[in-house]
Amino acid sequence: MSTLATPILNYALLAPILIVLGGALLGVVVEAFVGKVYRAPIQLAIALASVVIAFIQLWRIRGESSTSAAIASVSIDGAGIFMQGTILVLAFIGLLFIADTDNFTAQASAIPGSAEEGASIAAGRQQTEIFPLTLFAISGMMLFPIATDLITLFVALEVLSLPLYLMAGLSRRRRLLSQEAALKYFLLGAFSSAFFLMGAAFLYGYSGSLNLNDIATAVSGSGDNSIFLLIGIAFLSVGLLFKVGAAPFHQWTPDVYQGAPTPITGFMAACTKVAAFGATLRIFYVGLDAAQWSWRPVITGIAMLTMIGGAIAAMAQRDIKRTLAYSSITHAGFLLVGVVALNKSGLSASLFYLVAYGFATLGAFGIITLVRDSAGEVTDLNRWVGLGKRSPVVATAFSFFLLSFGGVPLTAGFIGKFSIFSAAYESGNIAIVVVGVLASAIALFFYLRVVLMLFFAEPKDDVVSVVIPSFFTRIAITICFAMTVVLGVYPSLVLNMTETFGTFLR
Amino acid sequence: MSILTVLELLPLLGTLVIAFLPKSANRTIKQVAFVISLVVAAVSGVMAYRFRSGTPGFQFVESRPWIAAFHINYAVGADGIALVLILLTTILVPIVILAGWNEAEGGRWSVKTYYMLMLVLETMMIGVFAATDVFLFYVIFEAMLVPVYFLIGGYGRGERAAAALKFLLYSLFGGLLMLAALIGTYIISTNQGGGTFDITKLSMLQIDKPTQNFLFLGFFIAFAIKAPLWPFHTWLPGAAKSATGGTSVLLLGVLDKVGTYGMIRFCMTLFPDATKTFTPVIIVLAIISILYGAFLAIGQKDINSLIAFTSISHFGFITLGIFAMTSQGLSGATFYMVNHGFSTAALFLTAAWMVKRRGSSQIDDFGGLQRVTPVLAWSFFIAGLSALALPGLSSFVSEFLVLVGTFTRYPVAAIFGTLGIVLAALYVLLAVQRSLHGETKPGNENMKDLNLREKVTIAPVIAVLIFLGFYPKPVLNVINPTSTAVMQHAGASDPAVKAGK
Repeated sequence: MSTLATPILNYALLAPILIVLGGALLGVVVEAFVGKVYRAPIQLAIALASVVIAFIQLWRIRGESSTSAAIASVSIDGAGIFMQGTILVLAFIGLLFIADTDNFTAQASAIPGSAEEGASIAAGRQQTEIFPLTLFAISGMMLFPIATDLITLFVALEVLSLPLYLMAGLSRRRRLLSQEAALKYFLLGAFSSAFFLMGAAFLYGYSGSLNLNDIATAVSGSGDNSIFLLIGIAFLSVGLLFKVGAAPFHQWTPDVYQGAPTPITGFMAACTKVAAFGATLRIFYVGLDAAQWSWRPVITGIAMLTMIGGAIAAMAQRDIKRTLAYSSITHAGFLLVGVVALNKSGLSASLFYLVAYGFATLGAFGIITLVRDSAGEVTDLNRWVGLGKRSPVVATAFSFFLLSFGGVPLTAGFIGKFSIFSAAYESGNIAIVVVGVLASAIALFFYLRVVLMLFFAEPKDDVVSVVIPSFFTRIAITICFAMTVVLGVYPSLVLNMTETFGTFLR
Repeated sequence: MSILTVLELLPLLGTLVIAFLPKSANRTIKQVAFVISLVVAAVSGVMAYRFRSGTPGFQFVESRPWIAAFHINYAVGADGIALVLILLTTILVPIVILAGWNEAEGGRWSVKTYYMLMLVLETMMIGVFAATDVFLFYVIFEAMLVPVYFLIGGYGRGERAAAALKFLLYSLFGGLLMLAALIGTYIISTNQGGGTFDITKLSMLQIDKPTQNFLFLGFFIAFAIKAPLWPFHTWLPGAAKSATGGTSVLLLGVLDKVGTYGMIRFCMTLFPDATKTFTPVIIVLAIISILYGAFLAIGQKDINSLIAFTSISHFGFITLGIFAMTSQGLSGATFYMVNHGFSTAALFLTAAWMVKRRGSSQIDDFGGLQRVTPVLAWSFFIAGLSALALPGLSSFVSEFLVLVGTFTRYPVAAIFGTLGIVLAALYVLLAVQRSLHGETKPGNENMKDLNLREKVTIAPVIAVLIFLGFYPKPVLNVINPTSTAVMQHAGASDPAVKAGK
């Protein structure tokens, strides 16, 4: 009878994730035992503190690289650390938006519109489970891009997804829509997780290992195009493509983005994308590099479809959150261009793109939370008309984020687009560059249409107004705006980092 | 720090000063903007004085690393062609500010915003001609659309929002094609030992023919939209009709020159083989532009559309001169750019004054202005004569050079081009007759003639047109060495002078 060996864990390297998890658990305790008056500020403080401390720890281990931090199930390497850092920074800003608890339902368990709900709002009983849930999601997100075996990947995927399903349903206003979004997200998410797991099983059947490095060895060693390998790759990709919101697995995105509370939408759009692309990049760059003949053409096609499809669909939208949802689909397509580039520039370009996209996304959704009428947020684009006249600063900032999405020079988005396309061109895939350029042109059209509505039309609706942002929201939007400008004018700040950090440990 | 950098920073500094002025201090804001633009003009004068004409290559160069990861530098420099275009910019901006002193008042936003946009635009216009790093050029090329977009959309007339959007979409689409080509060029330079965006280094690359053709097209279409060349011109009339007089001057006088400038600087220099391949097609497009623009100009009822269509015709001439592939044609084309800048400025400014006084831009609403407002009428008349390239005015010299340069290589094209001159006489004189001569139309009797400010504005423009018409040498001396160098690099030698010439 063999004894079970105690796993050796390198706690220093895992600490960033553990700190966030610890903060989440502490939040649960606070939620249960602290009175309603102090709960919200304490929760916020815990959440922000754990993110900051985790970041400090991450900074201390930034030069490390190891495949044995937790047996062989995670790889600490440059790209992983960079993505964890990006997630933490974006999550910090996301938390500043979430701090405005007015966006969330007072009591999630109450039936929408019931007397119970009314009573809890009247009594000012605001539940704050949103903070620990966010921290749980962050910890999963941080694990996802460094996970190196398929089971750990799956666990991370679930840890990041489950809180998000709940968070999507917590909107204070239009709760039915929010709950519908949550249910939809949950059902489709569960379905895609099943695909992911199935893919993992097939890859295990093919290679006899769950570890990406072993799979890579098996793929390059055998050279035989086993049906197990192909099915495994296909199923695994479906799971990943669902999470990143690539066509044709994007159907959930508009509904969920629209229904979820706007700060959550921003958080989800920015951070989940980093985590999901982190894992996607690692799986394809490290695990399935040698099998590129099988997946690269398919993913290229999906990238093209996603870019063009997202851009065209966005044009037809009348709701700002749905527009941004389709825009995020388009951006998923651009990021997939970085995945299929499959070279070092592709990796660092994707890392930069994620940073640029994350800041602009958080900023844009942050501004949406400010545009309201008496019934809450106004997301109907027609009612945004002429906003530039009444609130020039907010409208300018929003337009700037849109221009960054559109990739206009001197914004961060342009440098992102430039580096992604360069990487794709370098890999010899000129067709995808041409399609990408076309998609950018189409996408620009709807971004500019919104700018046009904001500035060049007379306001029709007097009820809509921009509320005065809370202190935290103001800081968060300012940071997003500053980063979008700085990364557009002086991108070396982050580009140099993505160059140094942009490596996967094999 | 290069004097070019100083030129770029000065208007930015002005923008910053204006940003701190209160919104209501309209007068001070205008004065600050005007003074800054005058200082810029003076500094550019110093630069012109220090420029050693006769030496090809870039002068006043400066290069600093900007985005090290992609070997992108902030690199500026000026050769003869860039120098004259920068001078055109720095001279026109104060004129435009002074001419449209009250233009910004009726806008959607404040006067302050107008002048901040104007000065930012000046920085970018100088930067776009001074950039010797292709990436830097591209960034400015695209970014300068934003201020123009807001200048048209916020301070224009009529369908301004739609016109601004159309302008922006066309230009951005062209820009994206150029971006793809730019990336391609960069990757090729990476593969050939050291990625770079330096224009001089890029021009040494060995690129195979099919690739060159694609890259050439990427750049060329972007520039053809900007220039604008038929059939990429459809955004221009709307934009010119809706923009204020001052914005129109800068748009057609300077910004569109970036298109023709880009053809010389990038298309010909980077892709000489592709240039040869596409020359016949481009010549045909240029001829179509000349004739099409002229014919449509004849039929225009709106005075601003008329000027826009004449410009399409003139840009046809410029493109013809560039792709004639003779140093004479190229010099002529470059000189044409300068002259067109001034003559369009004169036309748009006088037209704007007429429109403002009459409250209508329909040519038929004017009539008999010669009697009521003689100075205004004369100014418009001279501007018109310069548009039809009357001998003695500077545009004649350039049009002549272009046609001679073209004739030595493409005689048939030159003959068709000459038709454009005949048509030009028609559209200018018809417009002059209908608006200035004849009976004074009702509603025009009480029009006021130019005031002192307006006279001060238009005088230097007309003076330049006449002076360069008689004595073009100083400008040609600056342009010639550069255009010879460009032609040599493109591998085109001037056809031997035939006997009897």
